[in-house]
Amino acid sequence: MNDIFSNPVLAKALPEAIVETLQMVGISAFFTVLVGLPLGVFLHVTAPGGLRPMPVTNRIMSDVIVNITRSIPFAILMVALIPLARLLTGTSLGPIAASVSLSIGTIPFFARLVETCLRDVHHGKIDAAQVMGSTKMQVINKVMLRESLPALVAATTTTVVTLVGYSAMAGLVGGGGLGKLAYNYGFQRFDVTVMIVTIILIIVLVQVIQLVGEWISRNLDHR
Amino acid sequence: MITVTDLRKVYRQGKKEVVALDGVTLSVPKGSIHGIIGHSGAGKSTLVRCLTLLDRPTAGSVSIDGTELSSVRDSEIRAARRRIGMVFQHANLMDSRTAAGNVAHPLELVKTPKDKIRSRVAELLSLVGLEGFENAYPSQLSGGQRQRVGIARALAADPDVLLCDEPTSALDPATTDEILDLIQDLTRRLQLTVLIITHEMNVVKRVCDSVSLLSKGRIIEHGALQDVAGDLESKLAKALLPLPASEPLKGALQGGPVLEILFAGDNAKEPVLTGVARHFDIDLNVLAGSVETLGGQQFGHLRVQLAENADYDAVLAYLHQRGIGAKLAETKTAAGDAAELNDVTGRNS
Repeated sequence: MNDIFSNPVLAKALPEAIVETLQMVGISAFFTVLVGLPLGVFLHVTAPGGLRPMPVTNRIMSDVIVNITRSIPFAILMVALIPLARLLTGTSLGPIAASVSLSIGTIPFFARLVETCLRDVHHGKIDAAQVMGSTKMQVINKVMLRESLPALVAATTTTVVTLVGYSAMAGLVGGGGLGKLAYNYGFQRFDVTVMIVTIILIIVLVQVIQLVGEWISRNLDHR
Repeated sequence: MITVTDLRKVYRQGKKEVVALDGVTLSVPKGSIHGIIGHSGAGKSTLVRCLTLLDRPTAGSVSIDGTELSSVRDSEIRAARRRIGMVFQHANLMDSRTAAGNVAHPLELVKTPKDKIRSRVAELLSLVGLEGFENAYPSQLSGGQRQRVGIARALAADPDVLLCDEPTSALDPATTDEILDLIQDLTRRLQLTVLIITHEMNVVKRVCDSVSLLSKGRIIEHGALQDVAGDLESKLAKALLPLPASEPLKGALQGGPVLEILFAGDNAKEPVLTGVARHFDIDLNVLAGSVETLGGQQFGHLRVQLAENADYDAVLAYLHQRGIGAKLAETKTAAGDAAELNDVTGRNS
């Protein structure tokens, strides 16, 4: 184990790989929440019996987009989206390009989680807000999102942890990061040290995300 | 003053039409409390949803002080709703907000200035007896305290009408009395018009000035509490002054006729039974009785067995002459009534 510090791969490539992984996870988490949260709200609000039922639109969004996207295995989706990544970022390599397919892959997943969180807000609270004269936007912002915030934070934590796993996969098809490091050096060059170190780092990363997420969620929860 | 006229609500269930409200008419004057009692499925929830405009009635009107609510345009519906404050069975507070935050909620919606919200919230919390609980979250409050916050929130926007949907059904008896006393006190002090929807006869007994019995989407009986309680024929009287089931005694009076007698108001103070005994020179036995003060008046409901040879027609005439409700107890129909009322009151009368 004393060759951890003398291992040339770890000394040279590891810092860069960590930064790339954090970039991929960070950028795609940001866009996942940015797009997935409103999408989840939309799915919930337009569902039959919702705040603003739109049965046809809801069916299309729900079945076609979310379910079809979610049913494609991520490894395939990622490769299939390479042309789109090139179109948007000008390159098909590196963490920024990988974030495109990572975001698109996790947005439907996150939107479904958001929808579930909102569904758990007791209907009486929404009635109460409507009776006191809330607009639909006020019901969404002040009741649905606010009351489900602890659950939404937990859903975000789960999504970010999933993104760490996906980002390792993205590393194999040009995304870089810890996944690429483990594959190129740990697997293809039989460098067990690199393999072990990257695995430990990923476990630590997931642990940190999980602990921070749980801590935030707990502090927001007044139930 | 709230006036409901011929309110109808018909739901579509597939091809079937379900009539939830079948022409409900009622009127509650300012400063008084009206109870609407009915068993589940009677249309209570539908009535609440139509009054708060969460559902649009199929026909009929709801108006507050002459202003029509049920036909307002969608854009005005929110302003119309603010005229009604609503108290829910489970308070329905926001868990993410403190007591003060919950009371401030309706005020935030209309962009009330912050300092004004703060003073109004303090005023409301003290009104419901919750000074010092500003920063408590609902999870830190008892059921009764949560309902107090709910009441303060309902009053925040200065509504004309307070609509209480089973406000005490989730509370223990002692807390129920506290909350009902609070509602009564606020009604008098703020000159509110209050509607309490409930299935508990005790709620009606304790605070209501008038009452309606809702059954199958229709109001089948209504009136001031004293009036309905004093009417021997009304179902509400039987529920307000329930008599336990009793068998005619098998003793000295075996086989004698059984009468049902209802004293109301001043009559309740007269020594009528001994009067009957002396006047007709007969013996009598009380089989069952219920004595209550309702709406500030005394009521007594008795089941009395007379001696076998007694001329009950003469006794009935004697009682009627004195303005006392009395009739021959009909054992068969009485049993039928009791079964029907069990649905309403949940108790055996």
